[in-house]
Amino acid sequence: MTTTAPDSDDAPADESAATTDADADAPLLQVRELEKSFGGITAVDGATFEVERGTITGLIGPNGAGKSTTFDLVTGVQTPDSGQVVFDGTDITGWRPHQAANRGLVRTFQIARELDEMTVLENAMLAPRGQVGENLWRAVLPGVRKEVVRQEEQLREQAWETLEFLELDHLAEEYAGALSGGQRKLLELARVLMIEPEMILLDEPLAGVNPTLEEKLLDRLHSLRDDGYTFLLVEHDMDVIMNHCEPVIVLHQGEVLVEGSPEQVKNDDRVLEAYLGGEV
Amino acid sequence: MSARVDDGMAAVSEWFDGRSDAALLLVLAVGLYALFTGVSLVLGYDLGGIVNTLRRITFLSAIYAMLVLALNLQWGYTGLFNLGVAGFMAVGVYTMGMLSTAPTTNPPGLGLPLPIGILGGVIAAALVGAVASLPALRLRGDYLAIVTLAFSEIVRLTYRSPVFETFSVAGLSLGTGGSTGMSLPTNPIRILFYENSQEVTSPPSAFGEAVFGTFEAIGVRAPVVEGTAYAIVLLFVVAGVYALLRRVGNSPFGRVLKAIREDETVAGALGKDTRLFKVKVFALGCGLMGLAAILWRIGGLASTADFRPITTFYVFVALIIGGAGSNTGSVVGGAVFASLLFEGPNFVRRVVTQYVDIGIGQTPSTIFEAVGPLASLDVTPLLAYTISDVNVSALRLVLLGVVLIYLIQNRPEGLLGHRTETAASVDLSERPGGEDR
Repeated sequence: MTTTAPDSDDAPADESAATTDADADAPLLQVRELEKSFGGITAVDGATFEVERGTITGLIGPNGAGKSTTFDLVTGVQTPDSGQVVFDGTDITGWRPHQAANRGLVRTFQIARELDEMTVLENAMLAPRGQVGENLWRAVLPGVRKEVVRQEEQLREQAWETLEFLELDHLAEEYAGALSGGQRKLLELARVLMIEPEMILLDEPLAGVNPTLEEKLLDRLHSLRDDGYTFLLVEHDMDVIMNHCEPVIVLHQGEVLVEGSPEQVKNDDRVLEAYLGGEV
Repeated sequence: MSARVDDGMAAVSEWFDGRSDAALLLVLAVGLYALFTGVSLVLGYDLGGIVNTLRRITFLSAIYAMLVLALNLQWGYTGLFNLGVAGFMAVGVYTMGMLSTAPTTNPPGLGLPLPIGILGGVIAAALVGAVASLPALRLRGDYLAIVTLAFSEIVRLTYRSPVFETFSVAGLSLGTGGSTGMSLPTNPIRILFYENSQEVTSPPSAFGEAVFGTFEAIGVRAPVVEGTAYAIVLLFVVAGVYALLRRVGNSPFGRVLKAIREDETVAGALGKDTRLFKVKVFALGCGLMGLAAILWRIGGLASTADFRPITTFYVFVALIIGGAGSNTGSVVGGAVFASLLFEGPNFVRRVVTQYVDIGIGQTPSTIFEAVGPLASLDVTPLLAYTISDVNVSALRLVLLGVVLIYLIQNRPEGLLGHRTETAASVDLSERPGGEDR
């Protein structure tokens, strides 16, 4: 059981993405009784669910079901009113986003947020954990800078490999702002992969992506899962959810409505009712 | 006509793009020196006058280049809208003054050695910068601007307050001089030329005697020689600050700064503690602003009038001209601003008064008296009014306004703002090893 304090940001960068934890059977992410209100609107109302290691878990629900807010609460972008988030045995409730990321839990955004005025390669090289050159003195002082340069050479190679894996390498020197919508989604994925996290929360990674690219992206997700990554995926495209996610969690009005295999969810009357908004 | 201007502008930018930074700065320096030598000749200056003119633009360009480089780190790189530049400059100068002026002068200081005073001033400015950034961490854009602007005014008014004119701490008396200001230690360059550099009346040292003698023979007087030597030293300081900030920018640290500028939420989501980076950037930038201000005022008087918000505004204009985000652009912006826009109007006034006979006491005192004679096609009163001593600083503001409007419409990224200054400690332009890996 890890008991990392919230302040210890310096997770080792070379930590393997594959789960080597002794407690390998326990769920990687546990969300308990999460609540969050904005004024009079309760966005998340006691959501409780778990994500098992090595799965691509789907999170679906009609608009306003609280999917994005749940993501924000889990990754620390917002603080829950009550409830608990446990990641890999550590209570990370109320941690700030950079702390969660350094612990191995990262997210992408629903609307791709690129760092427009930075090149694709710079975007990718920004992400990795434990960069010694992020220390101001090490970046500047002669002598110690050698180590920074050596690490930078490694990161550059790693960035090229990641971009190749996602077929973005031909765009490496372009500004991120010049990319198309689909390419931005790929770059977001490249960035979080560079962190080498244990778990990635993907907020609608396929919105605005053309079918060919979509196939490619899903293919990559599967091979990454086989490498030991865990995914939690919000998506509106039911075909994607039904064909690629297992299990599927359905959120409705801030609560978990149903959880199960795609078949179970597909055939559940409550899910249809939630989506269609009436009696079935 | 306007098409021709645009073509010219395009040609200029193309030319800028194709040059190395060193060549660019060299050409700029030669150009400015040639221009001001020419103007001095038109004004009929002797060699001493020409050297003095060049000394002045070098000095101002160096000071502005340093200030702009520091602001570029905060605003150009990190996107922190710090409108308190003048306040942090004042902290540097006043701390240095209080530490290093002699206890016998009025206001008294602690009389510590000058290097300690300078270091103390820089550290104080950095610390105050770090503290000022703490409440500002949660604020973005405009709100940070308002807080820092108010902060710089609080600093200025505190130094101006009669309460701190002279005061004692733990039995030591020191002071800011309030509204009369504080005379600062003598310029450290005097060590080269005088036996006792801290005494204004000190006789020159043997080396000083020789140097002054040589230059006196060709018509350059001792104070000009001294000032020119100081301006040259400042150029080296600028080079040092430039090298430092280039290293900061071309590193993983600089990459995070750029990411904060682009989207702070993303930087946080990627595991970067953005608040820590912002505090560091504030401290480093403000420390450098303090240093620039110390080097600007040393050997003269520290007066709160020098640290009004207009000073902050000037530094921002220089950065906008040079191009936010580019260190080379910052130096170019500082030099172009200081020599052409800041000093330019004074030279225009001198040239005009030399060639147009305005007549003593003929300068109109109101705009109406100046415009009225236009009806009879007499432009002299308007010209006299525009370039009079009183209005030359207003003329500078008009000029700044015109330049800003032109830039924003035609080249919003500034002279060099579109340049990529790679945020990495290694070359990113091609993949080592290439395809065969």
